[in-house]
Amino acid sequence: MKVIRSMVLVASDPGSADRDAQEVYRRLQEEIRSLGLVEEVVVTTMGCVTRQEAHPLVIIYPEAVAYGPVKPDDVPLLVERHLREGQIVTDRLVPKELFGPISWLSARRGTLPAEQRVVLRRAGVIDPEDIEDYIIYGGYEALGKALTQMTPDEVVGEISNAGLRGRGGAGFPTGLKWRFVARENRTPKYVICNADESEPGTFKDRLILEGDPHSVIEAMVITGYAVGASEGYIYVRGEYQLAQARLRKAIAQAREMGFLGENIFGSGFDFDIHIHSGAGAYICGEETALIESIEGKRGEPRARPPYPTTHGLWGQPTVVNNVETLANVPPIIQNGADWYRQFGTPHSPGTKVYTILGNVNVTGLIEVPMGITLREVIAIYGKGIRNGATFKLAQTGGSSGSIIPASLQDTPMDFDSYARAEVSLGSGALLICDENTCAVDLTRVLLNFFRKESCGKCTPCRVGTERAYRILTDIAEGRGTLSGIEELEMLIGGLRQLSNCGLGQAAAVPVRDILRHFRAEVEAHIKLGVCPVGVCPMSERQLVVA
Amino acid sequence: MTIAVREDLDVRAVVQAAVERHGATREELVAILSDVNREMGYIPAEAFEEVSRLLQIPKAQLFSVASFYKMLAIEPRGRHVIQFCESAPCHVVGGGELWRALREELGLEPGETSADGRWTLVTTSCIGLCGVGPVIVVDDDVYGNVTPEQLPEILARYE
Repeated sequence: MKVIRSMVLVASDPGSADRDAQEVYRRLQEEIRSLGLVEEVVVTTMGCVTRQEAHPLVIIYPEAVAYGPVKPDDVPLLVERHLREGQIVTDRLVPKELFGPISWLSARRGTLPAEQRVVLRRAGVIDPEDIEDYIIYGGYEALGKALTQMTPDEVVGEISNAGLRGRGGAGFPTGLKWRFVARENRTPKYVICNADESEPGTFKDRLILEGDPHSVIEAMVITGYAVGASEGYIYVRGEYQLAQARLRKAIAQAREMGFLGENIFGSGFDFDIHIHSGAGAYICGEETALIESIEGKRGEPRARPPYPTTHGLWGQPTVVNNVETLANVPPIIQNGADWYRQFGTPHSPGTKVYTILGNVNVTGLIEVPMGITLREVIAIYGKGIRNGATFKLAQTGGSSGSIIPASLQDTPMDFDSYARAEVSLGSGALLICDENTCAVDLTRVLLNFFRKESCGKCTPCRVGTERAYRILTDIAEGRGTLSGIEELEMLIGGLRQLSNCGLGQAAAVPVRDILRHFRAEVEAHIKLGVCPVGVCPMSERQLVVA
Repeated sequence: MTIAVREDLDVRAVVQAAVERHGATREELVAILSDVNREMGYIPAEAFEEVSRLLQIPKAQLFSVASFYKMLAIEPRGRHVIQFCESAPCHVVGGGELWRALREELGLEPGETSADGRWTLVTTSCIGLCGVGPVIVVDDDVYGNVTPEQLPEILARYE
């Protein structure tokens, strides 16, 4: 029998690929072959979820030592010293301050919020292309439990009791959504995984899909059992080629092992999954647009109600859940609602995956309990603002999120606290901006995004986003007028109240937020004819204070 | 990998292979068009005729779907497609300067193809690599943390 002594995992996400990860992988294989270690050392890939600065990452088991960033030229040294001589190469380790603990950390300790991995607990630890790795780490246990020890109603009850809320942005209670579908008598019913993540700044779902694809598949089968559906669709954005490839492989493996297909776990329950690739349209992340797209049409949102829970795919009852939401399902079923509720806040239990971007020292991704604050995120995980600058504002939840001024950085980040402060948590992208960011310029860029991504079906959104963009451009270029601000305020109301779907409604939010929190800065552009930060095209003009 | 336009391929054969792969149903329309687009570099008029015939969907509807999705092209593109991410996360870490430099270097406006057929420049919304912004994608190659100074060297890699 072949005895494997060590396992070497090399990060294989696009961010790492950009930093020679493939070359590192190739050199590792080459070195190990030339030293005759092929029989004892396995080199494979993993979905990487650590900080960008540590890319590409190489983890060696069983010692669980993380090296990074690893350059191709570091490979001979690592192989010789670590894999042959058994010594740890300390000067090539991932710098401690960059590395989120990959192993399990118990709850929040003291004042420092520890990273708490629930949905990403296997990402970066297992080989995402090997179902056996997933099973060794407890994979498909939740499915077995649900199908053999629980009724569908009990599964829905467990998710409801856990208080899981949709992680795609809206925060709708997942158990309630499932119950709406479960109580429909019409069949067939469908389960859709919304993996059309296109929100600027958000790439958490990509890392879940690339790092742990089976967790989403397992969750979908459990969902299907709970609501009475036997067919599922994963709608993945077209640009996520690696995620698609890994999902296809994972589905084939799951079918082979009997976790998909007919009579799963001998329970008499059948379920299978299709993958549907997007073709480049942000709006297809909206659940009804996504459904239209699966049906082979333009991805234009439908009027709601009726909701997908009663009239979804081909008019049938349909559950649509985000990737991160689904990834929470197996651990909840496995460990129970009470276990899940120990994380986060009473009304927003669990963890949240955030991507940290912009002018911070360390960008990347974290999974932390719900309820930590922006100040903590910037100080602890972002390691402060880059170049010693001052924090000015943050945008949460990608382009459709809110703009948060410094005065709100101590508000706990959970669905309810943020809702009370009229802030949207959105998809969990945290774009941190320093004092050199101009509020007008940032909002203009955001509105440019919305006017281009508006599907054009409803007039308030199609015309409103374009008009708001033009007014902001006028202000940025020195042609702004005070009546432009009045028109913006009118447009905010129109977009929010009259748009058919969330895209147009969300487009109003950054405009509303800058007028609320940075009005003086906007007015300075108009009344004084300067951009106080010196960013806008008019900025060659300087404000001289005598 | 290049996304070169392949006029030499038999359009009907490409469409028929795609339809066979996915099945002649409306549900598979986007997948079929994506395959044709990938192989031909864009979707030629003849392909619409063939898809229309095989799937029994009017050409106007096919055009309506194809023009909706950004990854589908209804006109030939250059030998290399440069996608520039213009979203806010890239913008705040130097994307604005990079965009100006890129347009100057290429002499193109977004959506345009160069006269020699070498480049097509398009803007794109986020591609999920915001941790290494600003980002450009040339064909299938991703470049992160790009500065204006690096542009000439990157572009020189593509003929």
